[in-house]
Amino acid sequence: MSTDMLSIRNLDVHFPISNGQVVRAVDGVTLSLKPGETVGLVGESGSGKTTVGKTVLRLVEATAGEIDIDGLDVRAAGQKGLKALRRKAQIIFQDPHSSLNPRMTIRRAVAEGLILNTSLRGNALREKVAEMLIAMGLPPQFHDRFPHELSGGQKQRVCIARALVLEPDLLVLDEPTSALDVSVQAQILGVLKDLRLSRPRLTQLFISHNLAVIRFLCDRVAVMYLGKIVEEGPVAEVFGDPRHPYTRALLSAVPVPSAVERPERLRLTGDIPSPANVPKGCAFHTRCPIAKVGVCDTRAPEPVPLSSGRQALCHFADQTKGALSA
Amino acid sequence: MSTATAQAAETAAPRQMRFRETRRLVRTYSRSFSSMVGLVIVLIFLFIAAFGPLLAPYPEDAYGAVDFGAKLLPPSAEHWFGTDQVGLDIFSRVLIGARTTLQIGLTVTGIAILIGVPLGLIAGMAGGWVAETIMRITDIFLSIPGLILAIAIVGALGPGIGNAMLALSLVWWPGYVRLVQAKTLSQRNETYVDAARALGAGPLRVVFVHVLPNCLSPIIVKASMDMGLAILGAASLGFLGLGAQPPYPEWGAMISTGRAYLPDWWWCSLFPGLAIYFTVLGFNLLGDGLRDVLDPRQR
Repeated sequence: MSTDMLSIRNLDVHFPISNGQVVRAVDGVTLSLKPGETVGLVGESGSGKTTVGKTVLRLVEATAGEIDIDGLDVRAAGQKGLKALRRKAQIIFQDPHSSLNPRMTIRRAVAEGLILNTSLRGNALREKVAEMLIAMGLPPQFHDRFPHELSGGQKQRVCIARALVLEPDLLVLDEPTSALDVSVQAQILGVLKDLRLSRPRLTQLFISHNLAVIRFLCDRVAVMYLGKIVEEGPVAEVFGDPRHPYTRALLSAVPVPSAVERPERLRLTGDIPSPANVPKGCAFHTRCPIAKVGVCDTRAPEPVPLSSGRQALCHFADQTKGALSA
Repeated sequence: MSTATAQAAETAAPRQMRFRETRRLVRTYSRSFSSMVGLVIVLIFLFIAAFGPLLAPYPEDAYGAVDFGAKLLPPSAEHWFGTDQVGLDIFSRVLIGARTTLQIGLTVTGIAILIGVPLGLIAGMAGGWVAETIMRITDIFLSIPGLILAIAIVGALGPGIGNAMLALSLVWWPGYVRLVQAKTLSQRNETYVDAARALGAGPLRVVFVHVLPNCLSPIIVKASMDMGLAILGAASLGFLGLGAQPPYPEWGAMISTGRAYLPDWWWCSLFPGLAIYFTVLGFNLLGDGLRDVLDPRQR
């Protein structure tokens, strides 16, 4: 276990709301990332995937559980530990337009992390920042511009530069392409893919609801539903043979460029239940096409281990091979 | 300190960029006629405040020289704005009064900002009972009409220009608390604040490097408008006899004494009145213009 770059064990993040209820944004998540691995975290809006990402960076405080980044206990980290954490782990946010301070030139934005975490100053700082920005495809004439003078894709590359300039081992990417135009998305995905080649030790937690992006970039994928990971495993296997009905529904919702209508499209009805009021038993049973009365609505499922590091949180995970394969 | 080093790291190129940014702001500002009128009025006002005593034809008249031989003369080539009931040249007194007026505006607005902005930042960033306490006290102050409260405070402290400024400052800060708190609340939830925290920025750095600079535009706009309003407030107190005391050359007080000589000797009140009118108008137009330029939605 100690060889993992990031290991999350039984993580709970609960937010109290006004009437004494608690929103269980993240509920018992366990996930580990090996060095150099890229793991995708998918799920609907409100499934808690962004909260997991922010909690890893300690931008949100966890309620219970353990987070360990390369041997550093994130939850127990004090002033000094947090300082170390900033150099080990960085985050890139969804909306590049609001993640840059409008009153800072991009040079200053990228320099800030170095000023706060290293003793680099003066010309050395300047050069390091310029080098990083140029590596992200932003030539020197851009370096003294303000964010509002850049396009969305350029801003996102600044954000990537800002995170990478600290040379973190772990990068949390919180839907880094969702706010961008399609052509720009491709560009950013290219940058991220190149990153995997140029920095083999860089471990990435890639949060997204775009399955195609996950397939393109990730080694493994974890599917979240209502704060829980319902299925986890290598991308090819999970996407090729989904065992949890929710994964299957997600996959069958992906549009296919074909004129012929697909024979069986698994549709979910209703909305995702409120995480303040999680259904009893299996959290998914209210929308599940194969839920059985007396089992799914009373007993919470345990993770069922499947082949080669795969697991699914479903009572019928090992029976659904034929029934669910798309 | 680390901010200073960062700025030291930036050399000639950013200065050029900042110059470009400034030039763009200047161009936007100068496109508006009314903003330019405001700017010109304010500049004239500042010029008079600086050099008034040198420009005034009868500078000794500002401080209570008496010349009954020349009392209540109508405007003429010798006395442009006429003379008052004790023969003082009103033109000289209006010019010299500009400095007092500027002092009032700067002091009242300055103290209000010094009290209001930090409280607003604390309320916006802290939340919880700290914010509740600050905001409820602010609400109490806001619910009482400012001038009435100021009159009460001056009444208690005793009339005088110093006490009038103090009283106005004490009723002026709540507006800044509200403004800054609202702005801070919205900035605090911006992603770039999260990003700064992820980079290791502590709470003080977040406030002073990330939140406060982004609250600056509305503060500047409000301050420039408040300059005018504070001048008006001080003149009102002067008019009620609670501000500057005659023969001190303060515009409000001059109107107040001149009022007894209306309508036959109209110039006693009219010219100080016009001075107040143009100064307040100038600061308001300037504030409007600045708002148009500094509003980020314009970009």
